Amino acid sequence: MAPSAATHRAEETPQTADPLVSIEGLSVDFDTPRGTIHALRDISLEVPKGKVLGLVGESGCGKSTLAYSMIGLLAENAKVAGGAIRMSGQDLAHLGPKAWRDLRGRRISMIFQDPMTSLNPVTTIGKQMIDIQYREPGSRAEKRARAIEFLEQVQLPDAAAKLDVYPHQLSGGMRQRVCIAMALLTRPDLLIADEPTTALDATLEMQIVTLLRELQEKFGCSVLFVSHHLGTVAELCDEVAVMYAGEVVERGAVREVFHTPRHPYTQALFDCDPARFRQATRQLPTIPGTLPDLRQPPAGCAFRARCTKAFARCAAEHPPLYTAGPGQVARCHLNDPAEDAA
Amino acid sequence: MIFYATQRFVLSVVIVMVAVSILTLMLHVVPGDPAVMILGPRATPELIEQTRVAMGLDQPLPVQIVTFFGNILRGDLGQDVFTGRAVSQIVFEQLPYTLILITVSILWAAVLGIALGCYSALRRNTWLDTLTGVISVGTISIPSFVMALYSVLLFAVWLRWLPAIGAGEGVWDGVTHLILPSFAIGVSWVGYVARIVRASMLEVMGQPHVRMARAYGLPDGWITRSHILKIAVQPAVTLIGTGVAHLFSAAVFVEVIFARPGIGALIVQAVNERNYPIVLGAVLVTTGIIVLATLISDLVIAWLDPRQREEL
Repeated sequence: MAPSAATHRAEETPQTADPLVSIEGLSVDFDTPRGTIHALRDISLEVPKGKVLGLVGESGCGKSTLAYSMIGLLAENAKVAGGAIRMSGQDLAHLGPKAWRDLRGRRISMIFQDPMTSLNPVTTIGKQMIDIQYREPGSRAEKRARAIEFLEQVQLPDAAAKLDVYPHQLSGGMRQRVCIAMALLTRPDLLIADEPTTALDATLEMQIVTLLRELQEKFGCSVLFVSHHLGTVAELCDEVAVMYAGEVVERGAVREVFHTPRHPYTQALFDCDPARFRQATRQLPTIPGTLPDLRQPPAGCAFRARCTKAFARCAAEHPPLYTAGPGQVARCHLNDPAEDAA
Repeated sequence: MIFYATQRFVLSVVIVMVAVSILTLMLHVVPGDPAVMILGPRATPELIEQTRVAMGLDQPLPVQIVTFFGNILRGDLGQDVFTGRAVSQIVFEQLPYTLILITVSILWAAVLGIALGCYSALRRNTWLDTLTGVISVGTISIPSFVMALYSVLLFAVWLRWLPAIGAGEGVWDGVTHLILPSFAIGVSWVGYVARIVRASMLEVMGQPHVRMARAYGLPDGWITRSHILKIAVQPAVTLIGTGVAHLFSAAVFVEVIFARPGIGALIVQAVNERNYPIVLGAVLVTTGIIVLATLISDLVIAWLDPRQREEL
């Protein structure tokens, strides 16, 4: 499963297929009273058409920032410091407010982390689902029928009756199904799901993930799935990008990355995943250390301070994304063919 | 919603009944016999006894309270000590003047306060927001009688734009006579409402459902109205509802300063003359209106927010 990397790159790497969105060298800064935080640094990533791209990493690694920058909902103190997000000839990183409004809820839609607070508490589900169709022609009755149709798609029981209900009358799992129905109702090309199962309990989590998978296959949209739960990523995603400290450290097909992780951080993440333990343990393993200060990102490898395999070169030279396997790249000097030779 | 409204209404009736009982009891707690106080020190014992019987004061206390409730239900609030006219008639003659004054003041406060608060929140940290903040705090700090005196001085005495005293005759005259007094009462409420609306708007604007509405490309004005303001206006509605009590006491000053007829002026006059039946009747009607105002503000909030309907 580890042939010489370079030979496979040309035909199997996901970058070659015509992607829906391609992020080119995106950097995002946050202005805070304590200094500028370089939250995303030189991100290059592609969301393939009709596939699911997973984005994993620990809290604070920038995965949500990346998701929000792709729908233009970054916080007010955030600014794009460089790079581009290309989608059908448009650069999303530099769109004005009006152009963004045209795109949101039409070509791009989003499912948020907390279904308990994501729906308008003072409006019925039905009105919210009709409101988001405001651009569509057609009567209120037609829009209502469409809302029912999509509530049935997400397997909400007694869908028609749910239209007259307020969000607080539904459980968390039902509300997240409503959010998914709303996101799909607009028939987006790109669906961004920002940790959609984090706020739900474990039994619901798998139901929602399975539902997302089914609906993604049915509607054929691209999905950017942000999660810190490796199990759901394995279940749902075709490709995965691992982020650390505002950078993509590893990227590739889920099968490859999960089978043979090429970056020490990815390996450490897997070592910490309770689902992968074969033996009972009293103490859950963690990755020692904390994220580097993103006001002054370290000069060499960002993971160096926590890496068990760090060597001299890691401090001196910032690693590029090396080709590490078929369609798999990793930001670690250990993948440099020159290191093998040495 | 109907269930909630019924519950609230029953509660309001109970509150008024408790208030009425306390008022009746207070008459007995106050030192001195009401009959003696009415008739003065030179009344004969026969006359006092006659008046006590006429006023029902010879009956046991519980009987008096029940009788009092019965009288209220029949619309009988007793008689004016001096003229013998029905108190209810006197109070309801004066009530419209005060009601219109308070209503106009509330409209001032609500419309201007909500608009300013909304504007401040949407344009937060600009110099206009700071200016609105300074003006709001300024108007809150100035007592309404000071505002009344200075507005009379400026607009009636120096500029001669508006009449200073009276209630006016006819619609247009009535309106011009209302402007200054209602401004004097309402202006400090503009500040209160603006501050509250600004704070709760900022809080609601940060909530995930607003971000979700933006994620669907809904127009900004729409999001402001149906996603932010519909929730953010609720504390202001409660504030105005409970503020009606404060407005009534402000109306006492303002009616005296502007020489307007009204409940406030009536109470001041009746207290000066020790005309207890009128004081009692006016306070009773005022209490009823204050409870009604709270009821209305609760119902408005229940209408705006379904979550409120389910709790009492």
